Amino acid sequence: MDFINFYLIPGIVLGSIYALGAIGVSLVFGILRFANFAHGELMLIGAYITYSLIQFTGLHPLVVLPIAMLFTSLVALGIDHSFYKPFRASKSTIVIVASFGIALMARSAVQIIWGVDQFSYSPGRIQMPMVFFDTLRISPKHIWIVSFTLVLMAITHVILSYTRAGKAMRAMSDSAELARLTGINTENVVKTTWVLGASLATAAGVFLGWDSHLHSMMGFYMLLPMFAAAILGGIGQPYGAMVGGLIVGLAEELSAYPWIGENPLLSPAYKAGVAFALMIIMLIWRPSGLFRGRVF
Amino acid sequence: MSVLSIENLSGGYGEADILHEVSLEIDTGEIVVVIGPNGAGKSTAMKAVFGLLRLSGGSVHLAGEDITNMDPAQVVNKGVCYVPQTNNVFPTLTVQENLEMGAYIRNDDFRPRLLEIYEMFPPLAEKKKQAAGELSGGQRQMVAMGKALMLEPTILMLDEPTAGLSPIYRNEIFQIIRQINASGVPILMVEQNAKQSLAVANRGYVLVDGRNRTTGKGIDLLNDPEIAKMFLGG
Repeated sequence: MDFINFYLIPGIVLGSIYALGAIGVSLVFGILRFANFAHGELMLIGAYITYSLIQFTGLHPLVVLPIAMLFTSLVALGIDHSFYKPFRASKSTIVIVASFGIALMARSAVQIIWGVDQFSYSPGRIQMPMVFFDTLRISPKHIWIVSFTLVLMAITHVILSYTRAGKAMRAMSDSAELARLTGINTENVVKTTWVLGASLATAAGVFLGWDSHLHSMMGFYMLLPMFAAAILGGIGQPYGAMVGGLIVGLAEELSAYPWIGENPLLSPAYKAGVAFALMIIMLIWRPSGLFRGRVF
Repeated sequence: MSVLSIENLSGGYGEADILHEVSLEIDTGEIVVVIGPNGAGKSTAMKAVFGLLRLSGGSVHLAGEDITNMDPAQVVNKGVCYVPQTNNVFPTLTVQENLEMGAYIRNDDFRPRLLEIYEMFPPLAEKKKQAAGELSGGQRQMVAMGKALMLEPTILMLDEPTAGLSPIYRNEIFQIIRQINASGVPILMVEQNAKQSLAVANRGYVLVDGRNRTTGKGIDLLNDPEIAKMFLGG
């Protein structure tokens, strides 16, 4: 039971958070053709806006989440308009460097506005886990996080498969030039992509903050596992990113399980290395990812 | 009255011009074919209509309206539909989704049109839910043409619609082109397959080195010994 309580469930929770972030990374890559190094900062901004909303209204994180998504989407649209749009016709390497600069600026802005201290959404309150069959312990917030992730993934699926805007996103991801020749308003597609990516990133940031705590480096630490997840699933493939996120999250947690003997297989300090290793192995073994994404 | 007229168009992608004062004209109800050797600027001339080129001179008029250097999305909005030679379908989208994207700028109910397209291209009706990238070359060409026709265009531009297709598909595509034209849509088409395309065309243009070489009725060009020697393999 320890395996389930302390490794499997945290792995699924972490995997859900990575997956939500990785969908955005994958969508932006597919449609705007660049690796967005500032995606972690959208999570960071979303999580901190949620914190302020909680302070202001006294409501639950999940209740203020939609409002935080809205604000973060506006921030993402503002960033795109001021920093990425002028580079739309430039090489992707230039935009990648720009996104790195934006990541630094956004993080500094958060540190100036909210400070560098750690925050918690519910300080001083400890929720007792629910106990099933005497030994299975599940914290209610973990159930909330995983179920909300599933709901958000389902919504993403409906948007991508059944709406005009979502189909246009997939079309532009296939070929931006053909999308233009077809009369698709590509600037609108770009805006939709940012709103969807930023909203999912907000959810990921809030879930991460809720699961542990908020700190100004949380977005940066999420960057590697999110990219690992996106590459694992096949870059530009949002469904691949969902699966990739879950795999990376599980791999990170399960690598610390004492599979052989009594000590952890890998020290938990190497968790970040697991994501990195998975990414490298995937790039060597199957660069297009599990879901046949783009190859560089 | 000409539907589309390209006048003295010069331009290219980089510094050097590929087109030198090229002029083409398509009248109501016509099929016009542009032939010429590789690198003559045939496809480039089509892309110029869509504002995908740096133009250094000349103009493009659609039914009298100046559309020179207009944004591609706006040109589509005017009813000009273009089927590129390659990458002309969205490979991960299903056949039906490709057709829906063709109707992206339509705000009305396009379902009746969808049924008409499926009638025109029966193989597509059977593969509605299949990803367009998994289809054969001929069927992909059908998706590309069907996608363009979702708009009920004022003019249809086809870039080598039969390139790389088997003779069976080639004949079928030419037959469909005639059928589309019979429904009242003027067609401007670039073709490698000069013999077959001139046979269906009202008029033809011959481009060489980015310049107008000669023009005439399709059948006259077909019987012109000089052109026969140059492009039709004697």
